[in-house]
Amino acid sequence: MAGEKAPGEKKPGEKAPSKKKTSEKKPAEQKPGQKEGGEKKKKIKKHHASRNPVLARGIGRYSRSAMYARKALYKRKYTAPETKIEKKKKEKPRATITKPVGGDKNGGSRVVKIRKMPRYYPTEDVPRKLLSHGKKPFCQHKRRLRASITPGTVLILLTGRHRGKRVIFLKQLDTGLLLVTGPLVINRVPLRRAHQKFVIATSTKLDISGVKIPKHLTDAYFKKKRLRKPKHQEGEIFDTEKEKYEITEQRKTDQKAVDSQILAQIKKVPQLRGYLRSTFSLSNGVYPHKLVF
Amino acid sequence: VFKRFVEIGRVAFISFGPHAGKLVAIVDVIDQNRALVDGPCSGVRRQAMPFKCMQLTDFVLKFPHSARQKCVRLAWEKENINEKWAATRWAKKIEAREKKAKMTDFDRYKVMKAKKMRNRIIKHEMKKLQKMASKKGKKPEKPEKSEKSEKPAKAQKSEKVQKAQKAQKPQK
Repeated sequence: MAGEKAPGEKKPGEKAPSKKKTSEKKPAEQKPGQKEGGEKKKKIKKHHASRNPVLARGIGRYSRSAMYARKALYKRKYTAPETKIEKKKKEKPRATITKPVGGDKNGGSRVVKIRKMPRYYPTEDVPRKLLSHGKKPFCQHKRRLRASITPGTVLILLTGRHRGKRVIFLKQLDTGLLLVTGPLVINRVPLRRAHQKFVIATSTKLDISGVKIPKHLTDAYFKKKRLRKPKHQEGEIFDTEKEKYEITEQRKTDQKAVDSQILAQIKKVPQLRGYLRSTFSLSNGVYPHKLVF
Repeated sequence: VFKRFVEIGRVAFISFGPHAGKLVAIVDVIDQNRALVDGPCSGVRRQAMPFKCMQLTDFVLKFPHSARQKCVRLAWEKENINEKWAATRWAKKIEAREKKAKMTDFDRYKVMKAKKMRNRIIKHEMKKLQKMASKKGKKPEKPEKSEKSEKPAKAQKSEKVQKAQKAQKPQK
């Protein structure tokens, strides 16, 4: 307090420099804390709860003078805002510069403005936006993922031929679809894509941090292949389309590579294998909005 | 006809309201509908509370009417009400209900498996006994034997189911 009053008397207004001086004078006190306090005190540091307990609505326990002391306003004095004179005296950035000029009888130098007026004004206030403004192509869309879905979560598929099956989530692909696997030996769900919206995320999670998923598993890998060159006539077109889906060897090797790692983790959790084998169903008295997944 | 009475020191369970689920002791009766109530060991401040939201328990404490909180707390801790309450069936039922509501999908699967196993064992024993009874004709020994063999089997399975449920709760 005493140390503060001395510089305080010199300049009752200047807050920050006085605080810094006191911190230098009292090395025992925490310097960084004080300096920060001095710099931050222009905005209120931390809002303290009301120091004036309420007796009844609109009536506080302490009087104005008591509150003045309680809030330590004697040490919180703020300066008046800058007057115009002080503003004029402030250092302004240079507006003009003097440049030498060649030639005879020219005066030798010119005073040139540094920031010049614009040469051109468009006739409308704001340039008109294209009709496609704000409409991004699908590849540039923002992909979101629910917070409840993390790698290793057990998901329940709700649509598709594998509906009701419980499946392990691996990662989210670039298009936003979820890469998911059965594993195949447990519930006959291969490495597959699933849509986030048609999936229930359970709170059961598997530790998949050590599992390495091959990099070539992208959307292009999973995309359905369609023949687009019907060279035959009308009658024969339907034969060439792949009616039967054939599992390629690459898919089999990828499946094995991923599943072997995951199965090792599944074995560590008791009963998880049986859980993944089972399917989810509703019965009488079971209401999804009341279930905790 | 009535076994539990509203009296000074009666411990009551609050069934609804902001303090639902907590235990309080009745310190004094204000009028026909309200009591002065205090729950120092259960986090309920001393306040008036309507009888409607209180359900009487079997526990009664000994302290004089309008005793201050310190006395209520002493009596509460002397009688060890918190532990006695946790040991009652009432409290256990409440806890079981809470656990059931918090079950995740995986927990439900595990409970289903445990129940299935338990029922299988019980059925197996029953069938054995029925077979014996039908083979040897009706004898007075049979009903005694069936009760004895059912009880240990049931005790084992109920423990397993409870363990399966409880193991999931701390694992969460």
